[in-house]
Amino acid sequence: MNRLRAALTPYALIFPGGLWLAIFFVVPTIVMLSLSLQSGDVVNGFAFTFNWHSYVDGIANFHDQIIRSVLYGLAATVIQIIVGFPVAYWIAFRGGSRKSVYLFLLLLPFLVSFVLRTISWQFFLSDNGLLLGPLKSAGLVPQDFHILATSVAVIGGLAYNFLPFMVLPIYVALERIDPRVLEAAQDLYAGRTQTFLRVVLPLSMPGVFAGVLMTFVPATSDYVNASVLGGTGNTMIGNVIQNQFLVNQDYPTASALSFTLMALLLVGIFVYARALGTDDVLEVAAR
Amino acid sequence: MTEIQAGAGAAVEAAPVSQDVPAIELDNVVKEYVSHGEVVRAVKGVSLAITEGEFFSLLGPSGCGKTTSMRMIAGFEDPTGGVVRLHGEDVTSVPPNKRDVNMVFQSYALFPHMNVWDNVAFGLRRRKVPDAEIRRRVGEILEVVDLVGREKRRPKEMSGGQQQRVALARALVNRPRALLLDEPLGALDLKLRQAMQIELKRIQREVGITFVYVTHDQGEALTMSDRIAVMNDGLVEQLAEPREIYERPSTKFVAGFIGTSNLLSGAVQTVSGDTAVLALGPSDRIVIPVDGTVSAGDTVDLTVRPEKITITKEQPAGDLSVVRGTVSEVVYLGTYNSYLVVLADGAEITVFEQNAHDSTITAERGDTVWLSWQPRHSYELR
Repeated sequence: MNRLRAALTPYALIFPGGLWLAIFFVVPTIVMLSLSLQSGDVVNGFAFTFNWHSYVDGIANFHDQIIRSVLYGLAATVIQIIVGFPVAYWIAFRGGSRKSVYLFLLLLPFLVSFVLRTISWQFFLSDNGLLLGPLKSAGLVPQDFHILATSVAVIGGLAYNFLPFMVLPIYVALERIDPRVLEAAQDLYAGRTQTFLRVVLPLSMPGVFAGVLMTFVPATSDYVNASVLGGTGNTMIGNVIQNQFLVNQDYPTASALSFTLMALLLVGIFVYARALGTDDVLEVAAR
Repeated sequence: MTEIQAGAGAAVEAAPVSQDVPAIELDNVVKEYVSHGEVVRAVKGVSLAITEGEFFSLLGPSGCGKTTSMRMIAGFEDPTGGVVRLHGEDVTSVPPNKRDVNMVFQSYALFPHMNVWDNVAFGLRRRKVPDAEIRRRVGEILEVVDLVGREKRRPKEMSGGQQQRVALARALVNRPRALLLDEPLGALDLKLRQAMQIELKRIQREVGITFVYVTHDQGEALTMSDRIAVMNDGLVEQLAEPREIYERPSTKFVAGFIGTSNLLSGAVQTVSGDTAVLALGPSDRIVIPVDGTVSAGDTVDLTVRPEKITITKEQPAGDLSVVRGTVSEVVYLGTYNSYLVVLADGAEITVFEQNAHDSTITAERGDTVWLSWQPRHSYELR
């Protein structure tokens, strides 16, 4: 009896989460996959016809937005690494006894809804808003200068909105480094730069790796930043999918685009994990 | 473990240095911290000179300042006052990466992302040693610490003893002028620890490098060291060879910290030449060597080791120190019996009696016994 119980315990523990995933992830995914291969319209109804054209047409019509999304996602991720790493480093190594305070401050803006935060950036960056208004009246920038509706605004918004997801994993990785290991590096003739490059950076890579995964994926598929901060030239694939679903009600195309994006991200993640997630990188850093 | 190769032996010899200049010198070194708004004096003025090629131990309980003193030698702590010299050169403000000493950390502090080879080669690579020489020296030192064939292992794939030897190799491969070891055997189990003690001593003899060894384990310090500095409360209590530390502890603290000691105190009755006579009880008479600063009426503290005392039921004859007491505890410990004897004034004395002859016990609990020892086996403490 006890044996049976012991054997069943893991399944019992995974059951609630498994059920949740089955209902809210697996089933919708199958429905979407099916939708993407159907043809028809909202008025006359859809029928499953193995209609590959939704994929072909979707990619043909919206490849610009797909490429733009990936580029924006990459740019935002790079910015987040550049901005987030020093923040994580500072909190981990210089935070002292106030580490949790700084982490809380980092997360504080994120207690406000994602959309509201983005809209407040819209106010801040608007043509005569808090940032540009004073600069324009001081004559420091031309009157027709604008930030909103540019790729700068969208990438900036993306980088801002997902920043904690970059900082936190890096912080966790840095925090785990034994300070004695850094002393050992110093003891073995490594100066500050060498200690950072040979020890701190390689040991933080798992954090950076996780951070990239957690920011690149949502940033690439995001549509809020592009619709709030971007203009017509900054449409991302997320906006297209949203439009196809809710405005055009072209469910097959929307589903096909969703699947295309998902496949693209999966392949990207896989390649990335193969390239960076293995020990090879660390071996190189060890030299 | 393999014997060190002739070539390897020559390879790890440090550059020629003068024997007159101490390898390491601490000159009235002080270290203060501010902790919770209060100044903590971890090291209160330590001066010591460690000779080239010596196995030197800093021994003391936790918080005595031994690790802080070592970290000041390594350069991880800036002294609040005083001077640190390495081979006569003032290095007080030289950063650790510019000091020609290497450290073996308590928890080893191996680089977790590097294999054994890369860990050991780290220091040489930072010093831009040519690749061919790195290969040779790393290979040689891995032979010394018996890790050949494990070059590709990561630290977490190795046992504590192996990690410890990687840490040792990683430091020794640089041929430092001195090797600092911070309780390096603390994490090992007893058997391995004893084996590593012998191993460390062998390696030290072979490479001829000055070893500075921090430990709270008196047995370890007595076994391995050429000299020991016993530290307490930020100060050096006694600096001497192991035998002298044990046989002639100079302070109450050292007597109590090293081995088992009996601490007694009593008033001086008479002083004649270099001996003084103390009386504790009516039938007691303790003779101790004194240095002339003691006069009749003074109270002095003295110590005598348990194994120097003879326990008898009859009053012993001869010019011995003699005290009388009652046995309150008898413990059979195999190679010896341990007696706890309470004197008339309530002082407790531990006596070890070798099981050299028969396994009979001299006295039982509650017996009145005489304890006697040679006057030269007890010392006045400061």
